[in-house]
Amino acid sequence: MNWRRLWAIVVKELRQMRRDRVTLAMIVGIPVIQLVLFGYAINTNPRDLHAGIVDQANTAGSRALVMDMLATGVVAPVARADTPQELMAMIRQGRISIGIVVPPDFERRRIDGRELAQVLVDGSDTAVQGAAAQLAQVPIDSARPDTRAPMTSTPVGGRISVVSFYNPQRRSAVNIVPGLIGVILTMTMVLFTAIAIVRERERGNMELLIATPLTSSELMVGKVLPYVAIGLVQTSVVLALGMWLFDVPIRGSVLDVYLASGLLILANLTLGLLISTRAQSQFQAMQMMIFVFLPSILLSGFMFPFAGMPRVVQWIAEVLPLTHFLRLIRGVMLRGASLWELWPDGLALLAFIVLMMTAAILRFRKRLD
Amino acid sequence: MTTDADGVAIRARGLTRRFGKLVAVDHVDLEVPARRVYGFLGPNGSGKSTTIRMLCGLLTPSEGEIEVLGLRIPAQADELRPHIGYMTQKFSLFEDLSVRENLEFLAAIQGVPKAKTKARVDELIGQYHFGDRQKQLAGTMSGGQKQRLALACAVIHEPELLFLDEPTSAVDPESRRDFWEKLFELADIGTTLLVSTHLMDEAERCHRLAILDRGALVADGTPHELTAQLEGRTFIVETDNPRAAQHALVDTPGVLGVAQVGNTLRVLTGADGATPEMDKALAAAGQKARLAATPPNLEDVFVAATRKGDGDKERAA
Repeated sequence: MNWRRLWAIVVKELRQMRRDRVTLAMIVGIPVIQLVLFGYAINTNPRDLHAGIVDQANTAGSRALVMDMLATGVVAPVARADTPQELMAMIRQGRISIGIVVPPDFERRRIDGRELAQVLVDGSDTAVQGAAAQLAQVPIDSARPDTRAPMTSTPVGGRISVVSFYNPQRRSAVNIVPGLIGVILTMTMVLFTAIAIVRERERGNMELLIATPLTSSELMVGKVLPYVAIGLVQTSVVLALGMWLFDVPIRGSVLDVYLASGLLILANLTLGLLISTRAQSQFQAMQMMIFVFLPSILLSGFMFPFAGMPRVVQWIAEVLPLTHFLRLIRGVMLRGASLWELWPDGLALLAFIVLMMTAAILRFRKRLD
Repeated sequence: MTTDADGVAIRARGLTRRFGKLVAVDHVDLEVPARRVYGFLGPNGSGKSTTIRMLCGLLTPSEGEIEVLGLRIPAQADELRPHIGYMTQKFSLFEDLSVRENLEFLAAIQGVPKAKTKARVDELIGQYHFGDRQKQLAGTMSGGQKQRLALACAVIHEPELLFLDEPTSAVDPESRRDFWEKLFELADIGTTLLVSTHLMDEAERCHRLAILDRGALVADGTPHELTAQLEGRTFIVETDNPRAAQHALVDTPGVLGVAQVGNTLRVLTGADGATPEMDKALAAAGQKARLAATPPNLEDVFVAATRKGDGDKERAA
């Protein structure tokens, strides 16, 4: 080992690193992003889950019970309804994750010591199931004592029943497989187009292409289309394996599953294109892609419950295509919802695609300067 | 799309391109006649590629006006593109496509009608001798074959004007000769060709030629005109010790350049000649040398053009 030669290598590496802005950003950026996300944004105990409430008794006691449940902070009321059926429809549409149902004979049940209320749970998200169990443990005795009821201070938990829909056995594969379609598509699709244009620039093909009558939009759309087919093949592979190995159900229509996947594929491909117009080298394109991929995995709700994140982080997550796709695919595959019922997320993906594609076409110059 | 009535394909006035502080092309005036092979001669970094890129609308000039085939560039670059072919300095075809696939791809991109594509591709495969290699991947071919393929692809849509940026810099002399045959065939059928090169023998083949040096156009004319201007200014010095004789001559007033060629020296003098001064310098150095006039070549033109303005620093090169 010659120390002088060794040192020469070290110095050279440091010099090159200093001139590579993206690598520099990674050195600092990745730890910061990871630390902030894990330490601050990611909370495995969800809070403020969207809840719908049906209080058919509407007595002082029932209202007190509902107040107590809300006081846990686990749920935040976003809708009121008159019947449990309405709540179930809202769950299927993804508008709420949890429904609280207080039956009309609440007061009688209280006296009889029967179940007081029901918590309806969207089981397509395992984190929500855990939160619901917490809700059901609300101490009943804290409900305002009713003078007519002799048994108000019954310290019994479990007088609130939990009804979990869509994945009552809490099999994690059922939750993970639909989301995995999204994660795999995010990883591969962004990468495919992110390097597509940079590669041609590196190999010199681009200089030839821009000297021809080829237009920016022809080039961009032409780069995207073949990968849509590849993305759909990937979707089929994950779906088939999920159904065959893990018995993952498709409760909605298969067409909707493919439509939702198609939207995510296009969103990721167009995002990749935009990266491609910016990146100077294939390596840089991959680095940029990591900056998208990391938050997608952590913030979309795939690994950690969306509801547990601070408001600001949720806004960031709303920008990521994977977040919207997860809502769509879980809705369609596990809750049997139709795409129409889930239109806000479909629309968000569509807007993302249009925005990215336009930006990529505008950013791509048929010039070398 | 046609060239001017006076047969000029490209006109540029005061063409300038700056990259930050660097002036890559500095107020170049150009007039390229139609249906001829026009050469751009200059060393690396003299602004040849930058000029070509501006002429075909790939780079926006910092200053100056360009008219190509009657179109104002860069404003009308999109209208120009169907009428030009551009062969880049670096091989820019798809290495992972076969010869035929590359040709078919470019035929489609360049708007060759679908019905005519097969015939045109077959014709080019025949003309450019790819009959037995149609299925070979472009990346696996030799330098000469790649250049031939690049040329075939550049002319697939029968452009009126062809830009070639150092097309043969990585090619052996044999392939280079074949390549130039093709260029003249193209000129014969009415194509205007603009070829950049740093090779003197290539420059000599051009109908007309511009010499670029550090971004400035320092000479232009036919090779014959250019060499004729130097008549009587070039000499061969035969001596036993060329190195010593070179030393003696380099600083002689009136000498623009001294280059060793084997056992002889090739000397270029200024417009006033310098025979007596050279004899004196050789005698002073104790050199027995014979001085004989020799016809000037393009290298002399190049040296004369590029040394004109810049003092004596590089004379001993």
